[in-house]
This record gives sequence, C-alpha cells and structure tokens, in this order.
Amino acid sequence: MHKYMPHTKEDISAMLDTIGVDSIEALFSDVPKSLKHRDLDMPSAMSEIELLNHFKELASMNTPLKSFMGAGSYDHYTPSIIRHIIERQEFLTAYTPYQPEISQGTLQYIFEYQSMITQLTGMDVSNASMYDGATATAEAMFMACAQRKKKKILISETVNPNIVSVVETYAKYRGIEVIKIKSDNGETSLDDVKANFDKDSAGLIVQSPNVYGIIENYTGYRETLDEYKGMFIINSDPSTLTHLKTPRSWGADIAVGEAQSLGIPLSFGGPYIGYMATLNKYIRKMPGRICGVTKDSEGKRAFVLTLQAREQHIRREKANSNICSNQSLLALFVTVYMSVMGKKGVYEVQKQSKNHAHYMHTMLLKLPQFEEAFPDKPFFKEFTLKTTLDVDVIGKALIEIGYLGPLPFKKFDASKEDLVTFAVTEKRTKSEIDEVVAVLGAL
Amino acid sequence: MYYDKLIFELSQKDRKGYSLPYSEIKDYDLDDVYLRDDCPNLPEVSELDVVRHFTNVSFKNFGIEKGFYPLGSCTMKYNPKINQDIANMPEFAGLHPYQPVETVQGVLKVYYETQKILAEISGLDTYSLNPYAGAHGELVGLMIMKAYHASREDYKRTKIIVPDSAHGTNPASATVAGFETIEVKSNQDGSVSVTDLRKVLSDEVAGIMLTNPNTIGMFEKDILKIAELVHEAGGLLYYDGANLNPILGKVRPGDMGFDIMHINLHKTFSTPHGGGGPGSGPVGVTRALKPFLPKPVIRKAGDIYLIDDHTDESIGQISHFYGNMGVVIKAYAYLLSNGKEHLPEVAKYSTLNANYIKESLKDLYHLPVKGHCKHEFVFDGLEDKSTGVTTLDVAKRLLDYDVHPPTVYFPLLYKESLMIEPVETESKQTIDHFINIMRTIAKEAKDNPELVKNAPHNTVVKRLDEALAARKPIVKYKDLVESQDKE
Repeated sequence: MHKYMPHTKEDISAMLDTIGVDSIEALFSDVPKSLKHRDLDMPSAMSEIELLNHFKELASMNTPLKSFMGAGSYDHYTPSIIRHIIERQEFLTAYTPYQPEISQGTLQYIFEYQSMITQLTGMDVSNASMYDGATATAEAMFMACAQRKKKKILISETVNPNIVSVVETYAKYRGIEVIKIKSDNGETSLDDVKANFDKDSAGLIVQSPNVYGIIENYTGYRETLDEYKGMFIINSDPSTLTHLKTPRSWGADIAVGEAQSLGIPLSFGGPYIGYMATLNKYIRKMPGRICGVTKDSEGKRAFVLTLQAREQHIRREKANSNICSNQSLLALFVTVYMSVMGKKGVYEVQKQSKNHAHYMHTMLLKLPQFEEAFPDKPFFKEFTLKTTLDVDVIGKALIEIGYLGPLPFKKFDASKEDLVTFAVTEKRTKSEIDEVVAVLGAL
Repeated sequence: MYYDKLIFELSQKDRKGYSLPYSEIKDYDLDDVYLRDDCPNLPEVSELDVVRHFTNVSFKNFGIEKGFYPLGSCTMKYNPKINQDIANMPEFAGLHPYQPVETVQGVLKVYYETQKILAEISGLDTYSLNPYAGAHGELVGLMIMKAYHASREDYKRTKIIVPDSAHGTNPASATVAGFETIEVKSNQDGSVSVTDLRKVLSDEVAGIMLTNPNTIGMFEKDILKIAELVHEAGGLLYYDGANLNPILGKVRPGDMGFDIMHINLHKTFSTPHGGGGPGSGPVGVTRALKPFLPKPVIRKAGDIYLIDDHTDESIGQISHFYGNMGVVIKAYAYLLSNGKEHLPEVAKYSTLNANYIKESLKDLYHLPVKGHCKHEFVFDGLEDKSTGVTTLDVAKRLLDYDVHPPTVYFPLLYKESLMIEPVETESKQTIDHFINIMRTIAKEAKDNPELVKNAPHNTVVKRLDEALAARKPIVKYKDLVESQDKE
C-alpha cells in the first residue's frame, strides 16, 4: 500500500471479479511481451520525513541572495495573503474552466485579470495569460504576421537578448524572417527602423524600459509604421506602466511582456506569466483564452470563455497558435497582488523602486570606478553603467556579503565586458545600497 | 447565497490593503514626456476585502479536493500537499535565475535528477525541462524533428502525420512548427490503420505524432509495426505524453520506437493544474537527437551542475529562463515519494479503476469498443437514446451530484463521446458512488428526461448563453460599466 493509492486487497479482488479477469496483469495482456519493462532504475520510495530531509539537504546547496539584478526577474515584495489565496484548493487543483457552471471562480479572476492588464497597458482586450514574456512576444510576432499576411518582422537590438532568441527560434521554424534594428546610445534607432521597414514587413518589436533599463521614446514610430500598415508591438514590464506612458498611447497594436514584477517570487525563472493585450479590431487573431461576461438561463451575470473558434481545439491545423495550458494560477497571483496593493500601492512600490535606483545611480557615479554607459538616457528601476572593475570581481565581492550583484552584460554580449546592469526594487533599503556602494568603492 | 461582486465593485476611494516601509530616499522626477497622464484604475480595498472577495470567488470553483474529477485525458489525480510546501521553501523560491551556478547547485541537482528519472521512465536518453506545457513540448519536439532532418540536409520532409483522434494541439503544433499536417483516419476502435499509414508514408514525411494508449484508452497493438514503417520511410516518431499514466513502469515509449516525447508533469506527476496552468511539458529525446534540445541545457560535469548555453546544434531558446521550476520541483518530490516500488502501481490501479467503471456501466452507456482499456475509455452516450438525452445533458446533471463531469465530445470519433479517466488515487468506494450516480442519471434520462435536459439545478449559475458572450464581447470591467450605462 502507498498513501496515494487506496486500493485494499479486498477492493482489488472485488473489482477484478466485476471485470472478469483474475489479475491486474491480465489487463495488460495486449502489450507485446517484448515490450514489457524490467524494474525501473530510479530511487526507492521515500517517506515524508525522508523526503523533507532530502529537500532540506538540496536547499542547503542553494544560497538566496539580496538582489541588485533584474534582466527580466525582479525582486519585489510578495504580500503574505497571496500564497494563502492561490493555494486554496478551489483555485489550485481545478482544471481549465471548460465546465463554466462549476468554474465561475477561475473565470471571474481571469476577467478581473484582463481588466487590470488593459488598465495598465491602455489596450482594449487582454487574453488570459501566456507562458512568459518571451513566448508572449513570439506569439505577438505570429499574430502580426497572420494579421498582415506577411513573413518578416523587425526587432530592436535593445530588446532583452533572451526574448530576441525566443522570437528567433519561433520565427525560424515558421519561416519568418527576423531583421535586427540597430541602437543609438542605448535606444532603438528610428533611422534604422526607417531604413529597414518596407512593404513586406509585418511589424516592429521594441521593448521599454529596454535591456539596458532605458525608457525609450517612440515619438514618430506610429507614423513610420503606418506607411506600410505595420503592427507596432511594445514589450513592457507592466509594473512600470503605473508611471510610464502606456503602449496604447505610443500607438501600439499589441502590448506584451513579463508580469513577474507584479509580486511573483524570483523562483529561479518560473513559473512567471506572460501577458498579451491588443486592440478590439485584432481580437480574432489574438492567441490564448479570453473570458467574457454573459448571462445564465435565469438571467444571472456569469463568465464564460469566449471567441473559442480562434483556438487550437476547434481550429486544429488552421490555428494560429497552439497554446492550451497557460499560466492561469499566476494570473490569479498578479490579480490578487494588484488588488491588495491597490491603485496607490502598485504605484508606490514602483515609485520607491525608481527613487532607490536613481539614488544608487547617483552614488555609484560619484565613484571613479563607474561612469554612464549611455549619457542622459532616462531609466526607471534598472540602469547600465560602464566600469573599470572586472565584473567578475564585483560579483564575487558582493556575494561574500550576501548580495547578488548587477548583471555582467557580457552574459548577453561578449564584446561588452565593461558594462553592468543594476536593478533596484523597493526591498533594497538606503543602508543596503550604501553598503554595496561602499564595497564597490573599495575595490 | 450567490456571490456576485467584482473586486472593482468593492473599491472605495482612499482605502488601502498594503503597507510599505518609509523611504528615506528623496523623489526623483522623470521627464513628463515619458509619463502617463492618468492613473490605472485598480481597486482600492482593504486586506480583509481582498481575502474575503477571493475566498467567496473560490467557492464558485470545483477542485479535486471537493470531489471525484474523472476528466478524460486530463489525469486529475491528488496533488500532494507536501510538494507545495517544498516548492515554497525560500531556498528554492528565492533564487534569481542568473545567480552564479555555485549558489544554485541544489536546484540544478533537482533538474538533473528529474531529467534522469524521466529518461529512465520513458526509455529515452535525456530531457529538457524548459517547455512550459504539453503543447509547448509538442512544438519543441517538432522543432527538434525539423532540425534533425535539416542536419541531414533532408529539406523535403515538410509533412507530419496526425491521427484524426488526436488532441487539437497536435495539428496546431505542427502548423506552428512550420509543417503541413496529414490527417489519417483512425480505425473505428481508435487505433491507427496500418494500411492507411502505408499509403501516406513517403520521403516528404518528417514524422508522426501518436499517443499510446490512444485517445480511447486502448493500447496500440501494432506499435512496433508502425514504428518500423515510419523509420523505414525515414521519419521519426513523436509520443504525446498525455496518456503516460497507465504505462509507468510497464512499457516505455523509447522501447516502442518513439524518438521524441513530452510529458505533462501536471498530469502524470501530480502537479496541480492551477485552473489551466502553470503546467510543465519536458521534452525527451533519443541519444541521436540530444544535440538539438533547446538552450540552455542543465548538465553535470564532474561534481558540478552546470547551465550550458553553448550547444551549437540546438533548436535555440524556447523559454526566457529554464521553464517552470516551481512545477518541476513538485514533480520531482512526487517521483521520490512513489519511488521505483510504487510508480508501476500507478499504471496498475489507474487501469483497474477504468476497467471497473467501464464494466459496471456498459449496460446503460454505449461502449463502442470492447476489450480491456488502460487508464481511460470512451462511451458513446447513453445506450438508450430514445428520450433525446445527450452527453452534454448527462455531464450537466453530474454537476448536481457534486461530481466533475468526464470530458465530453472528445475524441471526435463518436457523436456523443463521454471520456472517463478515474486515476489511481481514487478508492473503490468513491468509484462505486460515481457508478451509482451514473446509473441514477441513466434512469432519470428514461423516466424524467426533462430533469436531465435542464440540468444543472444546484449550481451557482445555470446553463450559460455562450452565443451572447461572443456576439457582444464584454472582456473587461470598463466594458461592463459602459454596457450597464447604456442599459
């Protein structure tokens, strides 16, 4: 007997009697003998005590650090209530809401999530979530290519290189050409967009704040893209959109990004949640699930998955995306985050992050070891500096005092070995910043 | 009482549910050109408002811990609590993905060991845990297939064979990976017709996507023949891991001849479905295909676990980081809880449960395919259809009895498909209760068909007007307010 399998000997023999066979093995008689497997070569079963001890040992091989690194993964505070809510079995153990009468809970939070994402981005409609910000961006490329019936996409080199990599992989197998747009002083070059954007291009992908942390200025982009009806895809960290101009107001057709910074723990990179939002006129080309309001047979307000004719389970090989499972529970996570932090709290967290980042930036620039990498460019909570120090020495020195230092930019581009990118959140106090600046100053 | 509030409808100006430390650092103002001129309309509520709201919202959901959940093809087994505790440990949940590898050896070991166990269970060489879900795994697997043929400069293989009984993600994934789909008709018992397969095989076929046991829960007896034919034609075999549960420790896809497969950790290895995700769809391959796995790869060199970005033949990157770590760790804990001794029992008891239900109901529900099934099977509606009660009606009536309905109208092989998967964590007593309910509903369908046709009667909402939602999409709170203003 095992605690996850409740079959007693008596149960088994009664069940076999009903079926009319004398052993469970008889139910596998259709499996060719040559295929029957020997014993599995894997660890033996562990009791709960052994299991916990095993994981405590594994945990001791990990060192959580106070983070000054971002690059797509930001160390914001997670209010305690979120875990308690998302671990309610009604949310945690339910399947996709295919039976709406007993899935109103899931459907309702998806609706609330969609409402909040559209508030942040200024767009008309959001889907129920994507795997992560990178795959959401790749799906936005598919959507743009399908909408415009073209097979070429432009992407700025200031987009996080991991996102670019995922876009390139998705594009390669679907036969889409990806053109990289150059940057100028750390920002997408509109001149290079103009030089490359032509009648065969489905659209342009940019990111703001970008991989260096710079807030990009998209004045003039919409007009340039309009010349050949290009789709404008803006990838943003949605938490920054509490302050920054929305993708909608820059003229975006599709807003995408990674919503981890809305309170989701670092979790070694996942589970996170990609978001995607668009304009009403493109709703039928948007991938993923969409929840809408309807009425039941007695006229009560209720929620239901809608416009499902777009989706893979109906359209099969004609579908534009194959996404099925998404990151639903994380949609609940960020919905609860935005509810409990509320209108003012989400704003305040980002305000503190921005202020703390600018303070650190100022203090570091007072040191001879650091100078601006991209002079006069505005940033939000993440910034890139040029350093005379060996970036590996920076990393080691900070780990010794319990910090994860800035991203050594050479991880993304081997030629940029003197650049480091810091990210600062509301969790990093003035005294922590001062401590780190002092240590770096002494190197 | 029906709880009918949205979080936005609880909002009161200036109410708050958060606390933040006082910041000693002065404000820094950005140039107005970068700033939005309005404030996003998020709710203003207290902490208790939020807790109470989502608790009441949760009551409108049905989860595995409430009752029986025999949803076919979804493997709704118990999600152990201890696994959640482990995933929440700050030494795992608090790690940044770009920490130096020497500070994350524990989590990398979890990845490495999980890859090893999955490879052993499936008879393949190794795994990538980067794919986020089953469909994502399919896409990655098909990319690997394409990269393999391309590496041999065999560019004419542009077609993927998919049975018509396959899950909709199979043909959709083929399209997204840039293949054309050839749909082959299944035999009436859901199996692959070897004769038809021979007809469509050619040097333009990149491979075939199959699941075994197949969609109606029957073991594909000709699998060795099928593998031989596909391989002879130069194609590869992809195994859709949706139905892995009943063959754990019994038969291995690699031994059957499959070259690539994905596993749904959120099905076979007990990680919660989360109302539609996060899942995890690890992809496994044979030794020959290992160079094509997505980047980065987690491997071991000596005593050190590494994150390797420099795999030249790789299909490329398909996730920002390393997939859903929080899901992988739960699956690993589940594998260790069961161990080599009990994992094969998962196959045995899920198969026993399914056959027991099938035999106990086949007098009242139409069983199109006789013989022993594996973990699931399909009825084609009621045996007696004279009163016009459909599979949808039966499903809705089950809601009144606090049972989650089976999968309905899939596979597409039968008009009234009702696909039942009882899983090994369910006891005979729970199953007997379900059988009694199903028999009662069959009787109701005969004696009082209107009762069944108008079901559900006890749920928080009744049948929904799906056409209304599609005709006038209201997809956010702002739309709702505007539509109410119009009324």
